[in-house]
Amino acid sequence: MATAHSKSAARIMIAPAVFVLLVWMLIPLCMTLYFSFADYRPMRGVFDAWIGFDNYIRFFTSSSFLSSLMTTLWMVGSILLITITGGVAMALLLDQPMFGQGVVRILVIAPFFIMPTVSALVWKNMFFNVDNGLFSYAYKFFGLQPFDFLSQAPLFSIVVIVAWQWLPFATLILLTAVQSLDSEQLEAAEMDGAPALSRFRFIILPHLSRAITVVILIQTIFLLSIFAEIFVTTNGAFGTRTLTYLVYQRVLESQNVGLGSAGGIVAVILANIVAIFLMRIVGKNLDN
Amino acid sequence: MSRAITPQKKIMWTAFAWAFGLLMFFPILWTFLTSFKTEAVAIADPPVWLFFDWTLENYADVQARSNYPKALMNSIAIAVGSTFLGILIAVPAAWAMAFVPGNRTKDVLLWMLSTKMLPAVGVLYPLVLLAKWLGVMDSRILLIVVLMLINLPIIVWMLYTYFREIPGEILEAARMDGAGLKAEILYVLTPMALPGIASTVLLNIILAWNEAFWTILLTTVDAAPLTAFIASFSAPEGLFYAKLSAASMLAVAPILIMGWFSQKQLVRGLTFGAVK
Repeated sequence: MATAHSKSAARIMIAPAVFVLLVWMLIPLCMTLYFSFADYRPMRGVFDAWIGFDNYIRFFTSSSFLSSLMTTLWMVGSILLITITGGVAMALLLDQPMFGQGVVRILVIAPFFIMPTVSALVWKNMFFNVDNGLFSYAYKFFGLQPFDFLSQAPLFSIVVIVAWQWLPFATLILLTAVQSLDSEQLEAAEMDGAPALSRFRFIILPHLSRAITVVILIQTIFLLSIFAEIFVTTNGAFGTRTLTYLVYQRVLESQNVGLGSAGGIVAVILANIVAIFLMRIVGKNLDN
Repeated sequence: MSRAITPQKKIMWTAFAWAFGLLMFFPILWTFLTSFKTEAVAIADPPVWLFFDWTLENYADVQARSNYPKALMNSIAIAVGSTFLGILIAVPAAWAMAFVPGNRTKDVLLWMLSTKMLPAVGVLYPLVLLAKWLGVMDSRILLIVVLMLINLPIIVWMLYTYFREIPGEILEAARMDGAGLKAEILYVLTPMALPGIASTVLLNIILAWNEAFWTILLTTVDAAPLTAFIASFSAPEGLFYAKLSAASMLAVAPILIMGWFSQKQLVRGLTFGAVK
């Protein structure tokens, strides 16, 4: 039984965590908000504390904003498509009876634990490199002209790298969901003569729908802030500049803090839209 | 599954699954093999698979590179430091929310999670500015604090879900037997909570070890961990595939092993209990 005494003790125990997160949320975010209305270019010694919405107007009307938004959408969208369809297929495959299931699962999950800079550089050099990459050797083996992935299809290359990292995550979550499926229901459907495709369409997929939604939301939040993979492969060149990368460049490379901060606020708002949906699902689950 | 499985079917599924598993694992396997080759063999066309003179010289070379041991120590300090600092703050909070839930507990938990959704670029410049102002730019303590803060919501959340599985009756029984708050925590809760805390520690060391936004942008030389050390290979000179592979293996091997042990916790930790 929670007494008044234990309640106040509980409050004291929660306080440090709430306090540090509150400080972490509020101070930097307020500073960004403040800078986003200022003309602040530290390299040139410019600081004008209030220029209204000029930064936002400049950010939205610049051609780099629209292209970075499209790049972000393409990148996140295609990675989601690959990881969700691949993840459902892999999860169903891993749920089948087989020899060495545990080992296969370990093999499939491994890429998720690889440091982003490592996976990006390994793919960039040992697979995509036009002179010495394995893909070039394969092209030559089949008598084809080697293809320079990172300069000819840079967005595709980054999508491959990041999808490889996140497919294990989707697989693992969806496998957990598949395993909670009531097998009697499937057996009954099978005995009633439902073909495999209808069993998938009408029993498995509806059962997975919530897990799929969760995977989409969580991945979207992480994918919106992809950084290292772009940093070590193309450094934002060749149309791989996402919104996150554009803000990074404005803030740290060209040191236009005002403009970059406006972009940062835009990124925060976009991420929050996704977060609201995720919170709803998580919140509902807390009640049961 | 109670359905009869024909051996042929099982062999077919085994072949399929192993093929996909090996395909996913192949880049790691290839990096592993390349790390034992000489640079010339590493770029041989057609590729050499297993039959070459295995050498450890790449590992020796990487170890000898002046900044590798420092990067390793930084990675360990930052990953372990931020995790334990996080645990220190999160255990009391999660304990209180799990055992003395109030009307606002759910809101607090969800609010904590929402801080995890904050995009890093949104606070990039203020953080750089604050770090410079406090004189902690490129220091381990800065990275420990920042990574603790970005992972704190996950730590609190995981601990909360573990603590909630501890039946409250046990606490009541202990209280009836006259155990005070201190005895309750020390002798009743701690032993029951330890496995959950251990899993949380493991997953968060992995997340902190692989974090590659703040660790790259807030460090230059002194506090640069392995993520930044590996990123320095993005501007290569001469032949370097074998050395890159050796450095990569050194950076990922311990985490890969820890990761395999914490697969199950991964689902719990990264879906915030939304998938069971």
